[in-house]
Amino acid sequence: MGNVIGIGASPKRKEDQRFLTGRGNYVSDIKRPGMTAGVFVRSPHGHAMLRGVDKSAALASPGVIAVLTGEDAAADKLGSLPCGWGISDAKGVPMKEPPFPMLAQGKVRFVGDMVAFVIAETPAQASAAAELLTVDYEVLPSVVGVLEAVRPGAPQLFDDVPNNICCDWELGDKAAVETAFRKAAHVAKLSLVNNRLIGNPMEPRAAIAEYEPGTDRFTLWTTSQFPHVVRLLMGALVLNIPQHKLRVVAPDVGGGFGVKQFHYGEEAVITWAAKRVMRPIKWVASRSEGYVSDRHGRDHVTEAELALDETGKFLAFRVNTLANMGGYLSTFGPNIPTNLYGPLLGGVYTTPAIYCNVKVVFTNTVPVDAYRGAGRPEATFVLERIVDVAAAEMGIDRVEIRRRNMIPKEAYPYQTPVLVQYDSGDPMGCLDGALVAADVKNFGIRKAESARRGKFRGLGYSTYVEACGLAPSRFAGRLGARGGLYESATVRVHPTGQVTVMIGTHNHGQGHETTFAQIVSEKLGVAFDNVDIVFGDTDRVQFGMGTYGSRSLVVGGAALSKATDKVVAKGKKIAAHLLEAAEVDIQFEAGKFSVAGTDRAKTFEEIAGAAYVPHDYPLEVLEPGLEEQAYYDPVNFTYPGGCHIAEVEVDPETGTVTLVNYTAVDDVGTVINPMIVEGQLHGGIVQGVGQALYENAVYDEGSGQLLSGSLMDYCMPRADHMPMMKIATHSTLCTHTPMGVKGCGEVGTIGSPAAIINAVVDALSHLGVTHVDMPATPNRIWRLLQNASLPVAAE
Amino acid sequence: MKPFAYHQPDQIPHAAKLLTSIEDSKLVAGGMTLIPTLKQRLASPPALIDLSRLGNLKGIADDGATITIGAMTPHVVVAASKLVQARIPGLAALASMIGDPAVRIRGTIGGSVANNDPAADYPAGVLGLGATIVTSTREIAADGFFRGLFETALEPGEIITAIRFPVPLKAGYAKFKAPASRYALVGVFVAKFAEGVRVAVTGAGSGVFRVPPMEEALSQNFDPSAIAAIKIDTDGLTSDIHAEADYRAHLVTVMTKRAVDAALS
Ligand SMILES: Cc1cc2nc3c(=O)[nH]c(=O)nc-3n(C[C@H](O)[C@H](O)[C@H](O)COP(=O)(O)OP(=O)(O)OC[C@H]3O[C@@H](n4cnc5c(N)ncnc54)[C@H](O)[C@@H]3O)c2cc1C
Repeated sequence: MGNVIGIGASPKRKEDQRFLTGRGNYVSDIKRPGMTAGVFVRSPHGHAMLRGVDKSAALASPGVIAVLTGEDAAADKLGSLPCGWGISDAKGVPMKEPPFPMLAQGKVRFVGDMVAFVIAETPAQASAAAELLTVDYEVLPSVVGVLEAVRPGAPQLFDDVPNNICCDWELGDKAAVETAFRKAAHVAKLSLVNNRLIGNPMEPRAAIAEYEPGTDRFTLWTTSQFPHVVRLLMGALVLNIPQHKLRVVAPDVGGGFGVKQFHYGEEAVITWAAKRVMRPIKWVASRSEGYVSDRHGRDHVTEAELALDETGKFLAFRVNTLANMGGYLSTFGPNIPTNLYGPLLGGVYTTPAIYCNVKVVFTNTVPVDAYRGAGRPEATFVLERIVDVAAAEMGIDRVEIRRRNMIPKEAYPYQTPVLVQYDSGDPMGCLDGALVAADVKNFGIRKAESARRGKFRGLGYSTYVEACGLAPSRFAGRLGARGGLYESATVRVHPTGQVTVMIGTHNHGQGHETTFAQIVSEKLGVAFDNVDIVFGDTDRVQFGMGTYGSRSLVVGGAALSKATDKVVAKGKKIAAHLLEAAEVDIQFEAGKFSVAGTDRAKTFEEIAGAAYVPHDYPLEVLEPGLEEQAYYDPVNFTYPGGCHIAEVEVDPETGTVTLVNYTAVDDVGTVINPMIVEGQLHGGIVQGVGQALYENAVYDEGSGQLLSGSLMDYCMPRADHMPMMKIATHSTLCTHTPMGVKGCGEVGTIGSPAAIINAVVDALSHLGVTHVDMPATPNRIWRLLQNASLPVAAE
Repeated sequence: MKPFAYHQPDQIPHAAKLLTSIEDSKLVAGGMTLIPTLKQRLASPPALIDLSRLGNLKGIADDGATITIGAMTPHVVVAASKLVQARIPGLAALASMIGDPAVRIRGTIGGSVANNDPAADYPAGVLGLGATIVTSTREIAADGFFRGLFETALEPGEIITAIRFPVPLKAGYAKFKAPASRYALVGVFVAKFAEGVRVAVTGAGSGVFRVPPMEEALSQNFDPSAIAAIKIDTDGLTSDIHAEADYRAHLVTVMTKRAVDAALS
């Protein structure tokens, strides 16, 4: 039967049994009777008029069932892919929101934009036919960079979006910031680029769609982080399928990182096509296809200024950013560089005045949307970089300047000037812990040792906070969210006392089947092995907003906690009846309902049995059965944060940066499963290392070709890039989540890039280097050293 | 991938005959380069002729002044060979730096040399050591074999059967890995013979090439300091999103120093 394994334990992950024995069930594992194969024909041009598609040769190709284009979709009056957020400029003018057809109509706007869908008996036949499709393009010049896109005379993506600007967004008190700048003793300035990233989950995207004429129902199996949202957006807004006639299943999904939290055109096309051909259709993206169609992340160009008084106190912070949206607005696109960016610019500091302007810009690139951290790594990078620049310019120690400006523990809850109110935190405590764990005291010895080998060693700090656990619906609604952001859970207690949980979040690597089972095991006193977590199927799970924004435990776990409370409350009523006691006298502890002060008790199993065999049961006042549901809408974000310290070594001869030590002390609130939290930190930090040192999505200006379109050219971080990491938690409890939890899924990615780049700059600061853009590749470092025309290290 | 016929001959003449008689047919060795191109539909040969049954193409022989490695010998075998480690340690080291374990288990020396990828490692070892490419019909000196960007002296229907390496006094390989692909961004093989030193560079340009000024300097004085000041011209060097030509030129000098260091250690 197994034991109770509760909060704070680190059992091995339940789901790993099936993953490690090859018994996972991914979309591409699924076969349906009579299944056909679909292939998308994508634009090879960054920008072109679509003059026509000649289907005849493709249709005549062996095994071909149908070829569908944007014209067919228009004839069927299908909707545009919806954007889930509507932002506005300072005057309240809504963003420009041009249609995003699921198959291109009239124009293609990025390499990878979908032009046609070819359905055949086999994948090989579909691919062969796809090559026979004749598409008449009139190629136009592409614009891929944000600086270029807003320049006069730049190619225009949409007739009614002048200068390619979707929205000129701002936040904060511009006048107060200007006043503070006038009084400043020192102003630090920094221009930087936040490099464009491609998520690269291990499993490429895939989908299967099927239509059952007997019931008039559609089923879509898709690699999604939020199947209910796909059902809602696609059913209600794109295909006009009533919700009860559409089932969306996201089975095992091999990693998401944000890439799978959007409603993609492929999902809509394949579902629509399944009914047209009256056969199930499967599509599985190749890795190369993913590069030009999975939504990309980041891609900012930023100018920042920090005003300080003579003691190094921050007076005001001003940030102007151009953010790349790509060719169309993706599901969360415009929300990421605005609402998830500006409000984070306060960081862990008491900066009284902040102003942020973000121009959200269309370009001929893959649409840009959330990627692990989404907006918050960009904000942290700007802030933590400029703090170092200011410290260097003013001759103040980097740790000292942070201390002088940090929000003291006693000052929480702390209202920032940029909307958010931090409920809890102790940045100084995290900093102190990290300084010890990273052995900063002896850094000088290590630096001298590196110097003897001709290497430059540097240390970098990032003291950061982020906002996650998306999201309080009312607050989000004011910022432009077009949907709710609560979560739901159902706790079904079986007559024999085992438990099945139906939850609206989606597990694709985070270990929910383990963490959530621990919560139930602890709260109901049920054996860990007797709890199963069900997710990812709109027919089995009531509703849910899915998994992203470090929300699953914070919002979903809270719903689960509330639902278990309801189970206990009902159990007490049943126990009171069976034990002939007053309900107030019933206690529930360690899986037993007992009468306070007596040894009279009923086990959880006995109560479950009584609920389903209600012979001796208060049927007049209580329904039989033991199943409870809760919806939870958070009252605030949670604000995990911490201190990351990176130590790097630079080889001046080749420009290679090696990460030699990494320390993270994070405040993630209550830790349910320390092993899983550590794993989340590891993965998140490695993705941050990827951004800082290796990853870069590069487009060719003019042609719009993606030059980093495969793993041969897009450098992912690998195991041998990483030192052993020192990970610790220094937690304060969240004051508003039921268990005191904060999110932990993105902190690694948010905190780390600044720590690493700060370390690289530190290593090179004696040569006059003040900033290094990401990724800090060997070529880039070498060029910096060349431009400084510096002597290379001794042999 | 498009359908193709599959042949597995057990005699070299039979393999050569299939190759010439079936138009556009392709030899397959480890398949590490060929299969991905088929999967991406970049090539669609009507037939593949698998060399794996030709048993005498596998293995390493000590011929005294030379070492002969069969064309179908996988990288992992060369890397782990006690013989190669003892006689030409730089070559064993080179083989150990190719790709990842899976690639080293499948990929072969013959396939790598025939393919002549401008960033592959073996071409540097073959040219640096002045090896001889033994084929089904003749012997070709390394200096005349590599013709730039995926081009070689191989005639249609010709099959590499072995590579014969002269044993040097000293040799070393230094590779600066391209960050993403881990092929050579710049790889330099240095070999010292009684007659002089050879320096072969891969990754930097459109094909493997020798650096005469460095060879001369190292023939005078086989020490890293001898070439530290020799800069190579950026003409003909590759510029791409990973490295610009002047950085590659710089790396040639750095990697040559390191290759000499490796040869001396
Ligand atoms: C992930 C990955 C990483 C890699 N990293 C590296 C690296 O770091 N450095 C490096 O050098 N290489 C690298 N490679 C390439 C690898 O070394 C290949 O094995 C090699 O290029 C080709 O060898 P093969 O036996 O697989 O040849 P195949 O793919 O079977 O054939 C390649 C070509 O050579 C022809 N051919 C094969 N054998 C013969 C023969 N005996 N005679 C005539 N023609 C022949 C074939 O017809 C084909 O055109 C990598 C490959 C992969 C997939």
